[in-house]
This record gives sequence, C-alpha cells and structure tokens, in this order.
Amino acid sequence: MAKPYLSLESVGKSFSRGAASTEVLKEIDLKVERGEFISIIGHSGCGKSTLLNIVAGLTDATTGVVLLEDKEVNDPGPDRAVVFQNHSLLPWLTVYENVSLAVDKVSRKTRSKAERHAWTMHNLDLVQMAHAKDKRPSEISGGMKQRVGIARALAMEPKVLLLDEPFGALDALTRAHLQDSVMQIHATLGNTVMMITHDVDEAVLLSDRIVMMTNGPSARIGEILDVPLARPRKRLELVSDAAYIRCRQAVLKFLYERHRFVEAA
Amino acid sequence: MSLPAIETETKVHRLPGAAKVLALPAPSSAAALQSRVMPLLRALATRIVPPLVTLAALLLIWELLCSRTGSSLPPPSQVINDSWELIIDPFYDRGGLDKGLFWHLFASLKRVMLGYAIAAVIGVALGTLIGQSTWAMRGLDPIFQVLRTVPPLAWLPLSLAAFRDGEPSAIFVIFVTAVWPIVINTAVGIRNIPQDYRNVARVLRLNPAEYAIKIMIPAAAPYIFTGLKIGIGLSWLAIVAAEMLIGGVGIGFFIWDAWNSSLISDIIVALTYVGIVGFLLDRLVALVAHAVTRGTANS
Ligand SMILES: Nc1ncnc2c1ncn2[C@@H]1O[C@H](COP(=O)(O)OP(=O)(O)O)[C@@H](O)[C@H]1O
Ligand SMILES: [Mg+2]
Repeated sequence: MAKPYLSLESVGKSFSRGAASTEVLKEIDLKVERGEFISIIGHSGCGKSTLLNIVAGLTDATTGVVLLEDKEVNDPGPDRAVVFQNHSLLPWLTVYENVSLAVDKVSRKTRSKAERHAWTMHNLDLVQMAHAKDKRPSEISGGMKQRVGIARALAMEPKVLLLDEPFGALDALTRAHLQDSVMQIHATLGNTVMMITHDVDEAVLLSDRIVMMTNGPSARIGEILDVPLARPRKRLELVSDAAYIRCRQAVLKFLYERHRFVEAA
Repeated sequence: MSLPAIETETKVHRLPGAAKVLALPAPSSAAALQSRVMPLLRALATRIVPPLVTLAALLLIWELLCSRTGSSLPPPSQVINDSWELIIDPFYDRGGLDKGLFWHLFASLKRVMLGYAIAAVIGVALGTLIGQSTWAMRGLDPIFQVLRTVPPLAWLPLSLAAFRDGEPSAIFVIFVTAVWPIVINTAVGIRNIPQDYRNVARVLRLNPAEYAIKIMIPAAAPYIFTGLKIGIGLSWLAIVAAEMLIGGVGIGFFIWDAWNSSLISDIIVALTYVGIVGFLLDRLVALVAHAVTRGTANS
C-alpha cells in the first residue's frame, strides 16, 4: 500500500508560560490521502487552530512529526498554503496585488512575467473576483475578502490547502455561496484540503472524512467519520438524503452528547 | 481639526456628482454649471469664512486693547506701518544679517530639514530595531525613555562643546528633538504588525528584505508618519530657540535681534511667518503621509 500523502504521527503540543505548562494536543495520529477533503471539528478552544498551525509549520509540535510526501515539515512554506479566519489580506495592496504577491514570490523562477499575470488572473477568476481586481480589501465585503484569500492560497499551488474556519465570520447566505465555490474548486483541481470548522452541516457537505476532536486540555482525535456521499453534492438534495442525515447525527452526537462542551463557570 | 476637513472634502466630491445626475433631463448649461459650482463655493465658504471672521475679531480686539497711549505692545495698524518694508519685500538682501524674512526662514528651514532628515532615517532604523528585537528593546528602551525627556535646548551647550560651531550644534539639537517620537512610534508600529501579516510572510517565505518592503514598512507606515508629524512640529519649535542662542542668519536670531533693537513690530511679523511655516510643514508631512499610506490606516 502506498504511503499516505500527509501524515501526522503522535503530534502533541504543550504551551508553557513560566513554570506552568498546559498540554493542548496529545498524540494526534492522522493520515490524509492525496486529493482528500478533511474537516476538523471540535469545540472552541480544543486546539484545532493549533493543529492546523503545526501542519502549516507556523507552530512547532512539542512531540511527534508531520510528514508531507515523506518529508518532515518544520517551517511554513507555500506548499501548505493557509487561508486564515480573518482573511489577512494586506490592506495596502489591491486584490490583484495581494494575489500577485504570492504568485511572484512562488513562481518567479518558473513563470515569465506574462504567465504570472495570467496565473494571477486565472486564480481570481476561479473565485469569481476578477471584476474587483483593482479594489482594496477595505472596499470589498467579508465574503469577497475570503474569496481573495482563497485565490491567494490556490495561486501558490499548494500540496495541501489549509483552511482555518474560513467562513466563520460570514453570514449564512454568503457562507453557502463560498462553500459551493470551494466544492467546485476542489472538484476541478483535486486539491488536498484540511479545513477547520465548527459548523456541522459545512463539515458533512464538504468533507470526505470528518475528524472529531475531544475537548481540551490534552485534546485528541475522538473519532473519524467517513462521509459516503457521491460528488458533486447538491445541498438541497442532501437535506433529505439518508446518508447525509446519518452523518450529521453522528457528528452532532459526538459533539453534544459524548463530548459536551463544559463552559467554565 | 483634520476630521471635519475630511468630511467637507467628501461633500465637495459627492455633491457635484449628484447634481450632474439631476441635471441630465434638463440640460440647461447655465443651471448645470451653477448647480456644480455652487456646492463647491459653499463648501469652500464653510471652511474659509469662520477662520477669517475669527481672525478679524481678534485683530479688532487687539487693535482696541493696544491703541491706548502707553500700551506696551503695538496695535496691528502700527505693526503694518512700522514693518511695511519687511512685510512687502521678504526677498531683499543687503548682506550680513540685513536680509528679508524669506532668507531667515530659508536658513532656518535648511537647518530643520537637515536635522529632521537625519532624525527620520536614524529614528526609523532604531525604531525598527527596537520593534523587531526584544533584546534591543530591553536594552535601549529605558535609555530612550530617559533621554527623550531632556529638553532640546539643554543639549545645545553640550553640542557646542562637542562641535565647536553653531551650525552643526543647531542641526544636532533638531535631530535630538525630532528623533524620539520617530523612534518610539516606529517601534510601536512594528510591534503592532498583526500576527496574521507575519504568518502570510512566513507561508510565502519572504526574505528579510522582502518582508521589510512588502509588509513591515507599509504595515507600520501610519505609526511611522505619526512620529514624523510630531517630529517636524517639535523641530520647528526647537529651531527658533536654538537660533536665538547660536546667532547668524535664521528666524530665531532675527527675532532675538529685533528684541534687542526694540523692534516689537518686526517680532510680530516674524512670529506670524513662523506660525505659517510651521503649519505648512505639518500639512506637508500629513499630505505625504496620506499619499503614502493610502487607505491603510482605516482597515
Ligand atoms: N501561543 C499560545 N500560548 C499559549 N496558549 C495558547 C497559544 N495558542 C493557543 N493556546 C491555547 O491552546 C488552546 C487551543 O487553542 P486553539 O488552537 O486556538 O483552539 P481552537 O482553534 O480549537 O478554538 C486554547 O486553550 C488556547 O488558550
Ligand atoms: Mg481557532
């Protein structure tokens, strides 16, 4: 059997402040196949972002390793592009410049100037933002910013696309639009995607597998759910689909029965 | 001060557009012109008329207060009378110190520009160092916090001793006056760069030079310009005082010289010019800041 594309091997993370140390993640093992869409779901504060940042290389794991194509991940890099929750576009650059910054940096050696321009525009087209290429982030809506953030990440041609609650700050309608866009892009490009979410429907709709995390401290993977739904998926048809409903229930059960979030009083 | 100014500006831009749309069905050119020009005039009036009225009122009060016999200060009418030559011809040059106000202001501005430019370069560099490196901050920040409270003029004797010349001493005083707000604001700006922007740079693997140009400077620009704006104001405050002590051509010594010759009217004219130039310097830096930072500050 082929080795997994992306593999997390007993990854653990402790934050220490002075003498005190809190273990946030403990022995996370996860294998992701090429082209797979994985969601990570769990209650707020359980360590989802920490896990994603470890895969991105932005945070060092305390124990364990992350392997991408059998190479250990130590630093951040464009092969693991991140879409951050609050878009993190550079406000002094236009939409176009935000994407071309990434394109120019990543493919300066491999593409000519004209090709880089074409590639920037191609990625803006993918997220339907080419029309606003000369606008600044402050002039476009939250959903549009997130689209540009996705375009910037896609433009790096990452091996793994990392999304940290990409639609968390958006209203329901905009969120649905973006989910559709992400599904379409995933269908076209076949990227390997790891997405953090706290939205059960979003997880079931988009993912091939859903990784459910237990509550922290020392959060671990509680359960991994296969989502056996054929693609392309249509949200309206799925509402009454038996498999969809079963998946949804399984995730809800996990989150609200077995691992209820006990709010600190 | 600057907020209402911005508001009126947007009104100026928007109203003519609205008027154009309204004027379309009935293309009477005179009416269209009027509806386009009137709001502009009105906006101009709202900005210009109030300060003019205030100025006229103040001049009137001053005239009334100082017109009595035995008054120690001249009224405005007498100032104009006494210093007419100074007011109408700022460019005359009879050699030595007997020059028009333009030349004095020009000499002062040259000193300020030199000292300020050095302060800007060194201030931004030091501020970047302190903002980037925790150790540089721990080492330098306490020292800077003490040094920045030393009044500018207190440096003058020391710098005269060091440079043995008035000119570099004055420039040094300007430098040491302007540099602290630039250092401190730059450091705060760099420290406040959102972690998200740093993460973007790390994912893209920007090298230090690219990071500085593409992320650090633009992200910190609003703070840096706040420092630069405070710095230029302080420089202009300090130059007048420093020049009173070092002598030579310059607006500070001109004022001191006028006092020694009891030319009170000349002093008042000079002060007016000092105020106007200081205001223009402030506006100039604000303008550059606006052009450079574009929409950065408000997003
Ligand atoms: N840099 C850090 N230093 C100390 N504690 C941290 C740091 N980052 C995250 N944590 C802690 O780790 C836990 C998990 O955080 P996070 O990964 O952001 O959770 P999630 O994304 O699941 O909401 C939280 O309790 C948080 O306080
Ligand atoms: Mg998070």
